[in-house]
Amino acid sequence: MTSIRLLGRWVINSVLRFGRATMFLMATLVGVFLILRRFRLIVQQVFAVGVLTVLIIVVSGLFVGMVLGLQGYNTLVDFGAESSLGLVVALSLTRELGPVLTALLFAGRAGSALTAEIGLMKATSQLAGMEMMAVDPIERVMAPRFLAGFIAMPLLAAMFTAIGVLGGYLIGVGMLSVDSGVYWTSMQEGVDVYDDIFNGVIKSVVFGFVVTWIAVFEGYDAAPTSEGVSRATTRTVVIASLAVLGLDFILTSLMFSEV
Amino acid sequence: MSRNAIELWVGLFVVAGLAALAMLALRVGNLSTVNVTDAYKVTASFQNVGGLNIKAPVTMAGVKIGRVSNIQIDREDYSAIVELSIDRRYNNIPTDTSAAVLTSGLLGAQYVGLEPGGEDAHLKQGDRIEITQSAVVLEQLIGQMLFSKAQGDQ
Amino acid sequence: MSQVDTAHDSLIEIRDVGFSFGDRKIYDRLEMTIPRGKVTAIMGPSGCGKSTLLNFIGGRLKPDNGDIRVNDISVPSLTRRDLYALRKQMGMMFQNSALLTDLNVFENVAFPIREHTELPDELVKNLVLSKLQMVGLRGARHLMPAELSGGMTRRVALARAIALDPMLVMYDEPFTGLDPISLGVIVKLIREVNDALHMTSVVVTHDVAEGCSIADYVYLLGQGSVIGQGTPEEMSGTKSPEVRQFMGGLPDGPVAYHYPARDYKEDLFQDWPDD
Repeated sequence: MTSIRLLGRWVINSVLRFGRATMFLMATLVGVFLILRRFRLIVQQVFAVGVLTVLIIVVSGLFVGMVLGLQGYNTLVDFGAESSLGLVVALSLTRELGPVLTALLFAGRAGSALTAEIGLMKATSQLAGMEMMAVDPIERVMAPRFLAGFIAMPLLAAMFTAIGVLGGYLIGVGMLSVDSGVYWTSMQEGVDVYDDIFNGVIKSVVFGFVVTWIAVFEGYDAAPTSEGVSRATTRTVVIASLAVLGLDFILTSLMFSEV
Repeated sequence: MSRNAIELWVGLFVVAGLAALAMLALRVGNLSTVNVTDAYKVTASFQNVGGLNIKAPVTMAGVKIGRVSNIQIDREDYSAIVELSIDRRYNNIPTDTSAAVLTSGLLGAQYVGLEPGGEDAHLKQGDRIEITQSAVVLEQLIGQMLFSKAQGDQ
Repeated sequence: MSQVDTAHDSLIEIRDVGFSFGDRKIYDRLEMTIPRGKVTAIMGPSGCGKSTLLNFIGGRLKPDNGDIRVNDISVPSLTRRDLYALRKQMGMMFQNSALLTDLNVFENVAFPIREHTELPDELVKNLVLSKLQMVGLRGARHLMPAELSGGMTRRVALARAIALDPMLVMYDEPFTGLDPISLGVIVKLIREVNDALHMTSVVVTHDVAEGCSIADYVYLLGQGSVIGQGTPEEMSGTKSPEVRQFMGGLPDGPVAYHYPARDYKEDLFQDWPDD
C-alpha cells in the first residue's frame, strides 16, 4: 500500500516538476530575446560553458576516434574491407558518437557547473537580491547561460567529430596499413552531407537545448542549501544523460529509418 | 581574466567550431565531390532492381558520374522506374547507352553501371534509357541452377 | 522624494494581513504603520516571520489576505512591471549580504546603477565612489566578495542598497554574527544613512540592544501579530509580560521554555515505540 502511495507521490511530483520546468523555459525564452542586445553577457557565458569545455571534448574526441580506428580496422580486416575504415569511423562519429558523447560530456562538465553556480547564487540569496534590485534573474542570469549552452553545444560536437576523424586517421593510416587517399575517399563516397552530417548537427542542437535547459532549471529549482545544491547538481547529470540517450533513440528512428 | 581575453577566447572558440563544421562538410562529407544541384536527370526502367538504394552511385567505365535519385514502380507494367542524376560534366552520353544494376564484389552494395552506345545524339534531361539489364537476384540464380541441374539429371 | 510629506507621515501601511505557509500560520490580522523618514525596528523571536514581512513589502510574496501599501500604492495588486518600478525605489540588505560573487566590490555597487540607467562610465564611477566613501570602503573597491570580512561584506551590501538613492531601505538581520567593532559600524551607518539621505529605514532584528539603540519606533511581533509597539523608552518601561520577556531575554514566561508535550511522567512510562 505504501509503495503504491509512494509511486503516486513520485508521479505527482514529476508532473509538477515538469510543469515548473516548462514555465521556466517559456520565461527563459522570452528573456533570451530581451538579452540579445546585451552581447557581452552572452560572450561571457559562452566562455564559461564552451571554451572551458573544449579541452575535455578534444581529448575525448581524439581517443574515441583512435579506438574506432583500431577496433574498426581489426574487424574490417577479416573481411578484406579495411578500405572502408574511413567510412566506418566517419559514420559512427557524425551520426551517433559525436553528438551523443559530446552531450554527455557537456552535461558532466558544463551542465553540472551551471547548476552548481545558479544553485549557489540562489542559496546565497543573490537571485533574491537581484529581484529586490528590480533585476529579473531569469533574464539577467538564466537567459544568457541558456543561450550560451545552445550556441556552444553544436560547435563542441563538430569539434569532437572532426578530431575523432583525425584520430581514426592517425591510427588507420599512421599505424596500420590503410592508404591515406583511400581513408578519405571511402569517407566521402559514403558520408552524405545532408543525411549524416546535417542530421548529426540537428541532434547536437537538440541535445544542447535539452541539456542546458535541464542544467539551468535544476539550479533555479534547487533547494537553497548546500545539500540542495549538491543534489541538484547530481540530478542534472543523471537526468540530462538519460534525456540525451532517450532523445537520441527517438531522433535516430525519425532520421535514419528507411521507410 | 580580463574582458578582452575572454572575448578573444570566445572568438577563437567560435572560429574553431565553424572550421570543424566546414571540415566535416567538405573533407568528410561529399559536398565537394558531387554537386547535387548541377545535374541532369534521366530515367531507366528495370524488371527488377534487386537491392538498389536511392543515392547509390551511377558509374560509367568504373568512374562515378552520378547517383540514383529516385526509385518507383511504373503503374502500368509494374517495372521499376529508376531516376538517375548525372553530373553535367558528362553531358555527351549517347542515347543508345545501356544501364545495368550491378553489384560491387560478391555481396557488396548495388549500383547502376552505364555502357555507352554508338549514337551521335546525347542524353538530355528527362530522357529515357531504353536498354536495361536487371539486377541479378541471388535466390533466382540459385533456383535456376538447381532447376537446370534437376533437368540435367533426368 | 527627500522632502517629508506632512500629509502622509506614514510610508508603509500594513492592514489586516493574514498569511500561512502550508498549515503553519505566520500572520493573523497583522496591523502596522511605518513612519516616513524614521528608523523603525521590527523585533521578534527567530522564526516568527519577520523576514516574510520584508518580502511582502518588496512584493516577493503575497499575503493570503489584507493589504500592504507603500507610498500609498497597494503592493500585492501591482503588475510585474509596476512592481519592478517600485522596487527601484527600495533598497534591501540581506542577512547574508547577497553580493554577486563573480563581481568585485566596485561592480557590485555599480550593478543596480548599470542595470537601470544608461549613465556614462565616468558618472557611474563618481556615484559608486561616493557610496563607498560613505561606508568607508573606497579603498577596497578592487576586492572580490570572498576577500571581505563579515562586517565589510555588510557595508558593501549597504552601499549597494543605497546606490540608487531609494526612499526606503530594508535591513534583514543586519547585526547577526558581527564582531563588536563591525557591529558598532553598522549601527552607526544605518542611522547616518537614514538621516543624511532622508530615507525611511526598516530594520528587522532579534537583537534587542542594537534594535533599541537605533530605532525611533519599535514593533514587537509574536504569535502572528503585533504584541507591543512604541518608542524604545516606552518598550523598556512596559508592563506587558510578553514584551518584558523578550526585551529582558528571560528564558521562561508567556513563551514557554518547554516545547508543547505530554506530561513528563506519563511520557516516561509509555511503551516503545512512541505513539
